[in-house]
Amino acid sequence: MIAENLLTLLVVLPFLGAVLAATMPDEARDALAAAAAMTMLAMLGVLFALQGWVAEGGTVASSVRWLDSLGLNLRFRIDGFSWLMMVIVAGIGLMVVIYARYYMGPQEAFSRFYALILAFTGAMSGVLMSGNIILLAVSWELTSVVSFLLISYWHQRPEARRGARVALSVTVAGGLCLLVAMLMLGHVAGSYELDVVLASGAQVQAHPLYPTILTLTLLAAFTKSAQVPFHFWLPNAMAAPTPVSAYLHSATMVKAGVFLLVRFFPVLGGTEPWFIVVVGTGMITMTLGGIVALIKQDLKGLLAYSTISHLGLITALAGIGSPAAIVAAIFHIVNHAVFKASLFMAAGIVDHETGTRDMRRLSGLRHWMPETTVLAVVAAAAMAGVPLLNGFLSKEMFFEAATAWNNDSLLDAALPYIATFASMFSVAYSLRFIHTVFFGPRATDLPKMPPHEPPAAMRRPLELLVLICLGVGIFPQLLLGGVLRDAALAVLGEATPEFSLKLWHGFNVPLMMSLAAFIAGTLIYVLGRSWLNSRAGDEAGPGRFEALLAYEWVIQAVTVTMPRRLHALTTATSLQGQLLAVVLIAIAAAVAVIPGTVWWPSSPVFGLPESVFAMLWGLGALCAVGTAWQAKYHRFAALVMLSGVGLMTVMSFAWLSAPDLAVTQLVVEITTTILLLLGLRWLPQRNADIPGDNDWPSRARRSRDLVIAIIGGGGMAAISYAVMAAPSVPSVGDWFLRNAYGEGGGTNVVNVILTDFRAFDTLGEIVVLGIVALTVFALLRRFRPAPESAHPPKPQEGDVSLEDMIFVPALLMRWMFPVTVMLAAYFFLRGHDLPGGGFAAGVTLAIGLTLQYIATDVRWIEARMVVLPIRWIAFGVCLAAVVGCGSWLFGYPFLTAHAQYVTFPIVGRVPAATAMVFDLGVFAVVLGSVTLIVISIAHQSLRVGGHRSRPPADIAAAQAADIAAARAAAKQEAEPAA
Amino acid sequence: MTLILALAIGVLIGSGLWLLLRPRTFQVICGLQLLSYGVNLFIFGVGRPVVGAPPVMQKAGFVDPSAYADPVPQALVLTAIVISFATTALFLVVLLAARGATGTDHVDGRERRP
Repeated sequence: MIAENLLTLLVVLPFLGAVLAATMPDEARDALAAAAAMTMLAMLGVLFALQGWVAEGGTVASSVRWLDSLGLNLRFRIDGFSWLMMVIVAGIGLMVVIYARYYMGPQEAFSRFYALILAFTGAMSGVLMSGNIILLAVSWELTSVVSFLLISYWHQRPEARRGARVALSVTVAGGLCLLVAMLMLGHVAGSYELDVVLASGAQVQAHPLYPTILTLTLLAAFTKSAQVPFHFWLPNAMAAPTPVSAYLHSATMVKAGVFLLVRFFPVLGGTEPWFIVVVGTGMITMTLGGIVALIKQDLKGLLAYSTISHLGLITALAGIGSPAAIVAAIFHIVNHAVFKASLFMAAGIVDHETGTRDMRRLSGLRHWMPETTVLAVVAAAAMAGVPLLNGFLSKEMFFEAATAWNNDSLLDAALPYIATFASMFSVAYSLRFIHTVFFGPRATDLPKMPPHEPPAAMRRPLELLVLICLGVGIFPQLLLGGVLRDAALAVLGEATPEFSLKLWHGFNVPLMMSLAAFIAGTLIYVLGRSWLNSRAGDEAGPGRFEALLAYEWVIQAVTVTMPRRLHALTTATSLQGQLLAVVLIAIAAAVAVIPGTVWWPSSPVFGLPESVFAMLWGLGALCAVGTAWQAKYHRFAALVMLSGVGLMTVMSFAWLSAPDLAVTQLVVEITTTILLLLGLRWLPQRNADIPGDNDWPSRARRSRDLVIAIIGGGGMAAISYAVMAAPSVPSVGDWFLRNAYGEGGGTNVVNVILTDFRAFDTLGEIVVLGIVALTVFALLRRFRPAPESAHPPKPQEGDVSLEDMIFVPALLMRWMFPVTVMLAAYFFLRGHDLPGGGFAAGVTLAIGLTLQYIATDVRWIEARMVVLPIRWIAFGVCLAAVVGCGSWLFGYPFLTAHAQYVTFPIVGRVPAATAMVFDLGVFAVVLGSVTLIVISIAHQSLRVGGHRSRPPADIAAAQAADIAAARAAAKQEAEPAA
Repeated sequence: MTLILALAIGVLIGSGLWLLLRPRTFQVICGLQLLSYGVNLFIFGVGRPVVGAPPVMQKAGFVDPSAYADPVPQALVLTAIVISFATTALFLVVLLAARGATGTDHVDGRERRP
């Protein structure tokens, strides 16, 4: 139990630290660094406490149930291998946060930096300790995202943004492959638990999906660990601050790829495709990375390519896959993390103190900074693989694995030679790094002259890391033998070889290979030195690998060229054309159902009610056709006829037993008409014919559209009759009818459906309504009327003013207000049992409010009434959501309603369902939305008149000021009266 | 009754389609309004509307679904009415803003080239 809790603590700690750091001010630099360092130290402490449990092949796992049904749980597990990786993450992390405190300038965003570093530590811990392979993929993506944020830390620099983008797209694409691979792997293995998956190697390798899983997993590992041809993101990522490069892009995150290879070796590894692809990629990467590192002029560029090269080495070891090679791979992961982090720190110090990283300008730094020189020389020697240093040991093990293994393939036979060849460059670039920068004559044109040693505290992490290089190099078995064995046990199990890390193995083949590499590497550097140092900058030469160009071509094609082409191909520039296409497709789709339809299921009955109904719709049809005819030149007439059609619809609903619909349609009809009337004011005057309206192309278009309209309308009539005259079939509606009273507690089934059975849909709908209202409001705040509409309309009859004309109607409308309020309350209260409900009530009250606006004017009404539609919307949405959540308290799903009757004195029995409270929310949203929409348009009349000369931005402020003035005036008016 | 309703739907849809394909924004908004009447009546009609069915049930006892109007299309149409109001309002504001910004009430934001 203790171990499980410690493990959970280990996962949670970095995220807690990140939250803490994110909330601290940037000025608290020391406190931030201390908080980050304490977090790392605490993690190290927990790790050492856990060491006993993971020794000798033990594992600790803790599990939190999350999405059981998907097989996805927050399961964490730690064994010897992930323990060792975690020590690297926390240990190097500790060094980096101390170093960064002095590296970053005083004006930097410290809080963001430390928060991100800690968040990365958390994400990386997730990758290393996931006990569930889906969780592993999620954490993997998380590291990519945090890496993106850290590379773009100096987001004002274009190269940082670009580098971050490249790194993100490559690693996230790999992450996607990983997710798919893990889903397949879980499917094949029958579980997403890592322990189960690791134990099902034979089953997976026999499965037909194995090649796909292998390919996708390798893609993920290669993109993350910057293997050719995906390596190009890593040099671009060097735009990050150097502590980030040291931590993410050399010591930890890029190791996630090789971690994945080693971790899943028991499941996926050991087959021939694995050997060929992984070893091949690793060796190509190792060689190419070494060559490019040698010709780089930028210090961090050299280190980046050297990192790529060493990652290639580890990949090749994982590919070889013999027990000894796996041990060597783990060992080299540790060693590389230590010496490369220290080299990056040294490069950062050089950059920090001299102001440049260009090796053509740097020279003779040992005269100014002797201590840093010593540290850098030792670290670089470790990188080159000089004896007595840690790099030597793992490189010897690599040579041994390269020579020892035999599977008769050509690649295997060539392996020792390629290894030696690649190692030459490793020696050469290490030599160049040291010799160019620290030796030679004193540089004369450094941006910062003279350079000097960095603050002692900035050197401490570097010193400690170099000490580890030396310590491991001299006493390997003592310092690392035990934990390395535990790590290997965790991967290999019983196959773990008995090994002892020793400095001296005698004059054997690996030593000869080392010697050859040293001699050849030194020769390469000595002979090529003058050419290397005179070469042009990194921008021009082969430093920009073709892969990056290919990447950019692909990105350009996928995100710019192809979408534009597709857009041009599929988009009409004219709305009419698009609508025409939509209509034609709809008609064509309807044509497809013609065969097999019974068009005349029963003959119509015709009696007195039918003839009245026919007269009703004869009028309706006239109105509809009239609207279509007049909407161009006589908008007002068209609008009147349109509402005529609306009234016919209302009457049809009422006639055909749908009182709810009739009520709602009626009030919505009124509002829509008011709205369109308000809009008419801003449309262009249309007194004369539009030019070209009667020429042949226009007439041809109209004839074509008339034909389409007749076909569409006729078809729709036929389909409607075929459906409506057919005998009814049992539907879900019967269930609602049977259960509305029993389960929903209401007798108005339509209302019960809306507020209870399908309340979630209604919630979504009122949210949409609120969004639309807010959109209307926002659009109209910056409304700019066309110039010819921007003056007040002239009264049409000569001497009768508007006030006189509207006097009597205005009085009536004011008197109607209490009645409307009463009607709305009545609709609302009876909604559950009788026709009515929140929708109808909301619109009714909104109409009442709108009438007041029409009766007087905006200023008069707003001086006397508080109209806050946005708050009503907010209140309604919140109320509906809270009522829905309330059912959780009683253990029911979201929006489960409860219904009962309450008896009030005098009033009698009143239905009191929670659905009514929900309906109150609906009511508030509808009221607020409708009011907001209508009065937003009504407010536009304030723009004309005295406000035209002001810039539009001031209008909102001006409106507020006007309203305040009107309120004051109203008060003054009222006072004398009192 | 159904035949009349079907013919009415046909006229509404036909007029709506014609207006939908017109070039002026106000014509299109009227067309959408007519289309939504037509479509709402159609959805409503799928529930086999009856004349004189009680709209509200009694409070207890066995319920015979065939004696009542189908509530599901009604609930759907109720939602559709409110949403079509919202889209009409949004379209109205967009067309007003477009008219202010482009100086024309043509749906493409510019007059057709002669």
